[in-house]
Amino acid sequence: MSITVGLREFLILSAVLFALGLYGALSKKSAIMILMAVELMTNAVNIALLAMNRFLTPMLMTGQFFAAFIMVVSAAEIGLGLALVLALYRRTQTVEVDRIDRLKG
Amino acid sequence: MPSTIPALPFYLLAAAIVGGGVMTLFSRNVVHAAFWLLEVMVAVSGLFLLLSAEFIALVQLLVYAGAVAVLTLFTVMLTLRRREDALRPLDASLAAAGLAIVFGIVTAVAIGGFSPAVAKMPAAAPGIVQFGGELITRWALPFEVASVVLLIALVGAVWWSGGEDEDR
Repeated sequence: MSITVGLREFLILSAVLFALGLYGALSKKSAIMILMAVELMTNAVNIALLAMNRFLTPMLMTGQFFAAFIMVVSAAEIGLGLALVLALYRRTQTVEVDRIDRLKG
Repeated sequence: MPSTIPALPFYLLAAAIVGGGVMTLFSRNVVHAAFWLLEVMVAVSGLFLLLSAEFIALVQLLVYAGAVAVLTLFTVMLTLRRREDALRPLDASLAAAGLAIVFGIVTAVAIGGFSPAVAKMPAAAPGIVQFGGELITRWALPFEVASVVLLIALVGAVWWSGGEDEDR
């Protein structure tokens, strides 16, 4: 196996995944699908962080710790987000974000 | 510790990740989308293993492929009244697609400007033992703050999704 990949390939993969998640988060009408797209974006960021960490400063492990803390925040976000979706569903019987417009004057 | 990353596993995992991401966003069934998201998470975990971040790969499997996927599936199933509700329109949006493409082009240009001199990978990478040591010494304060964040999120999630009787 002589063909290898470098940092650039990882960063391009991360950018593609982030763009996919961005499209999903902006276009989806279901609150659950939006949260899933946000998770895709978080994973893209973690790929970029860990690739940078491995290729540039592997001994410091800063990227690994940042990725770990991003996972903590992301787990809290998805837990709270889905709880919010459930609470909204119980009150409005819908998860469509364009039908949750009670603040509209 | 290998000093290069072989291309074949990387491209296999990249195809799994991008393909799974596309299928997540473009499957009509929300339950199928959740399972495709699970596939993406597992493939990303393999990518982390390729980058010799063993601990992060394990946490990725536990947190994302385990907890987040199950939580998503539960919420999907709790918010469906009939089986047909799982089928949704694709919600295609030209503006969102344009924005995502612009973002991709700008990022690709920025990455292209990156000098390939940094593409050489250092041979040695610290293992899971060093990671644990650093975590409870130099990163002790963020570690404790993270546990408080998780506790607050846990209490908040239970409170928000709690029963009807405590409706405010």
